[in-house]
Amino acid sequence: MAAERPLSFQDLILELHAYWSARGCVILQPYDLEVGAGTLHPGTVLRALGPKPWRAAYVQPSRRPSDGRYGENPNRLRSFHQYQVILKPNPPDMQELYLGSLQAIGIDPRKHDIRFVEDDWENPTVGAWGLGWEVWCDGMEVSQYTYFQQVGGLDVSPVSGELTYGLERLALYVQGVDNVFDLAFNDPESPDFKTYGDVFLESEREFSAFEQEAADVAMLQRHFEDMEAAVPRLLAARGRQGQPLVLPAFDHVLKASHLFNLLDARGAIAVAARQSYIGRIRDLCRACAEAWVALEGAA
Amino acid sequence: MAQYLLEILSEEIPARMQAGAARDLGRLAGEGLKEAGLPFSDISTFAGSRRLTLVVEGLPLRQDDRAEERRGPRTNAPEAALEGFLRSTGLAREDLEARDGVWYAVIRHPGRPTGEILGELAGSLIARFPWPKSMTSGSGSLRWVRPIRGLLSLFNGQVAPFEIEGLAAGALTAGHRFMGAPGLFPVRDFADYRAGLEEHFVVLDRDDRKQRILDGARALVATRGLELVEDAGLLDEVAGMVEWPTPILGDMDPAFLDLPPEVARTVMRVHQRYFAVRRPGEPGLAPHFLCVANIEATDGGALIATGNGRVLSARLGDARFFWDEDRKVPLGDRLDRLEGVTFHARLGSMRARADRIAAAARLIAVQIGADPDAAALAGRLAKADLATGLVGEFPELQGVMGGYYARQEGLPEEVAQAISGHYRPQGPSDMTPREPLAISVALADKLDSLIGFFSIGEAPTGSRDPFALRRAALGVIRIILENGLRLPLSVLLRDIYGREAPTGLVAFFADRLKVALRDQGGRADLADAVFALGDDDLVRIIARIDALAAFLASDDGANLLAGFKRASNILAAEAKKGPLPEGAPVSVISPPEQAALLEAWRLCAPTVGAALAAEDFSGAMGALARLRAPVDAFFEKVLVNSEVPEERTVRLRLLTAVRGLMLSVADFGLVSG
Repeated sequence: MAAERPLSFQDLILELHAYWSARGCVILQPYDLEVGAGTLHPGTVLRALGPKPWRAAYVQPSRRPSDGRYGENPNRLRSFHQYQVILKPNPPDMQELYLGSLQAIGIDPRKHDIRFVEDDWENPTVGAWGLGWEVWCDGMEVSQYTYFQQVGGLDVSPVSGELTYGLERLALYVQGVDNVFDLAFNDPESPDFKTYGDVFLESEREFSAFEQEAADVAMLQRHFEDMEAAVPRLLAARGRQGQPLVLPAFDHVLKASHLFNLLDARGAIAVAARQSYIGRIRDLCRACAEAWVALEGAA
Repeated sequence: MAQYLLEILSEEIPARMQAGAARDLGRLAGEGLKEAGLPFSDISTFAGSRRLTLVVEGLPLRQDDRAEERRGPRTNAPEAALEGFLRSTGLAREDLEARDGVWYAVIRHPGRPTGEILGELAGSLIARFPWPKSMTSGSGSLRWVRPIRGLLSLFNGQVAPFEIEGLAAGALTAGHRFMGAPGLFPVRDFADYRAGLEEHFVVLDRDDRKQRILDGARALVATRGLELVEDAGLLDEVAGMVEWPTPILGDMDPAFLDLPPEVARTVMRVHQRYFAVRRPGEPGLAPHFLCVANIEATDGGALIATGNGRVLSARLGDARFFWDEDRKVPLGDRLDRLEGVTFHARLGSMRARADRIAAAARLIAVQIGADPDAAALAGRLAKADLATGLVGEFPELQGVMGGYYARQEGLPEEVAQAISGHYRPQGPSDMTPREPLAISVALADKLDSLIGFFSIGEAPTGSRDPFALRRAALGVIRIILENGLRLPLSVLLRDIYGREAPTGLVAFFADRLKVALRDQGGRADLADAVFALGDDDLVRIIARIDALAAFLASDDGANLLAGFKRASNILAAEAKKGPLPEGAPVSVISPPEQAALLEAWRLCAPTVGAALAAEDFSGAMGALARLRAPVDAFFEKVLVNSEVPEERTVRLRLLTAVRGLMLSVADFGLVSG
């Protein structure tokens, strides 16, 4: 790694890929559905369940429709990128592995103040929680580090360790930049240099307007109900090997979850109804989790 | 005598759990040693971000031999019973002893080496450690706060062995995560351990870490002519987050100084754990911050200071955005949004709550001489800041921000203060509001919660108090007492609620007042003695309790209490024989002690009555004190239970009267001692 010049956004990803690939992870691609967090990728949420060992790393574009600022805020995005690592079972030296990854991207823990600050993670829509920390680098949260205890409402054994790096934040830090749209996306000396803004600013502008103003609420509600109805039907259906269609069913849970986020961003979810929506998605996710565990146990 | 040293090295322990963990470690170790019959001279414990440490001094090298006697069957019991007893004890018949027709066995337990026992004790202590929140990791089933990484167990210089899920205890530990040589280092005993840690950049003792932070921080800010805004709670937390505390002074963009200082302080304290800094003698904050890093960086901390400064700017930039946006909308216009915020499913929206607080604040204002319209306005707007962006982002600033926004839109200063202070007191060290308007709103806020939750059967039970009603009741009590407000509680509650106070609420206040008195070192029995009178004017209750405590501390009071108990006992015993005689006491000439007591009662009663009416409780007790000598003399010389029925009747009537007079001052029967 060139110590003189900080990593571009894409080199940050490539370094992390190389680092985690060398530590036995399968490098997955982002899941091709809209999700709010890297955890929701079936490569984490489903693979964390059941007895089989699993190590994976991937980038996941994460959509948070309510956070849209029309590209006008230097620190907030409605879609950002999480780098996600799952190690199951978590190895005893997982903290050291994580610290090694920071060094790999140019953060020297003898020059920076790295701290593990208590932060217990939970995601009520997928019935998941764990204990861990937010990791600070000089006072900035650069990762979330969690030992999963429950997923889909089910206790997990063995326990998975999950690392989530906020890539934009990390890049802001590594590059010493204050505005996310000014980040070097590729190498500034490359023949066609692009900033993060060159790549994503227009998307932030259009999607902020779509998600907060233009999305059709009635349609979203209809779709939510369709997705909700599909999940039990797919879990009852059988594939060629006699299995329930868990992965397709889970896709529908993800879609329902994103539709809920869109409805929320449109202000179409009354406070009182909120818990009920979350509960509905959690129940769907739990049904998938149970079917997945049954399948993994049987295999 | 020998020393035991146990260290449990783990991944980062939440700062807020460390003090409790150190206490639990010491307690469990003490209990375990006692159970094992191992005496010791001293136990100490240490807790920090990565380690829990136990040191026990003065242990014997071996446990004492112990003998246990076990009772067997009777000597004439069937042979089979005796055989069973021999099998269970592992003894032969000739080892048994027959006593009073029963077989006894004495089983000898030879003492074991202490190190062996300590290893077992450490293992079992870890397995049942009461963390408030714990987890499993990897494929293991041990529950700990975060994964355990190392075990050090040394007795008298030797490893006291034990193992947890494949991790064996040894004589090694690790130093600082990033500073010094990597790897583990060996330890001989506690002194060596402590020095070894220091050498490897770990300060073991929390108090030492705190002192290091304070000394370093004070010296550092002084070099720039600044002063640290000290904060004991923050210091405690930070000392639990670092092993090698290294204060670093950073710069804040001065442009943020125009934000309300509470905003900058909240961002610094709650979100970043920075200390604020000011210029001596100047109001507000200086544009700097002090953070405590965990390392002495190789570049002297320049990168750390810059990095933290940038994070602070980003956070304050967020806050500034909300501050600017929030001020565009008057608080009153935000009430509609509170309609959509549920206070509690059965108690309606925050909007409904705001309206109730407004009405209650108006009622209270009338009684304590505040402007009722201003109180209703402040009450109605008290919760409006919950709908602002800044409070959404920084919930700790609720109330305070409402006050700022009220000022910004030109509402009167007293209204702004009533809004900003209406959550007060928020803890034992927080002040209660002092201005009548602020008092009205602060009381209305708490009483609305209490009435609401009690009316739907959500009173606290045991350790469950999800709506913090105990704190609310204590807040009401403190506001009333510290401001000397004469507000009879049941009347106040009825006025606000529109009917009798919900069941249990007045008793709940009595209970809270007792707890508060006990916490201040007062006597709960005196509170009972005063509460039994059925009064609900807190100021009067406290005055009476204080006077009672002073009275009972005097010689007259203590003796009169004894006399009261004696009279009560006699009256209770006589009441069992039939109804006590009624009517006023009658004059007699003899015995003289009886005549004297009657005379004393006659003189005393109106004085006591007048003093009570004037709420002069020391006066009332002083008057009672004059009964002491006649009461003592009466019991000395006069037999109440006379064989002459008329004498008995008259004496019982006199005792009843004396007792009644005392009961008008306090229920002395509930005073202990």
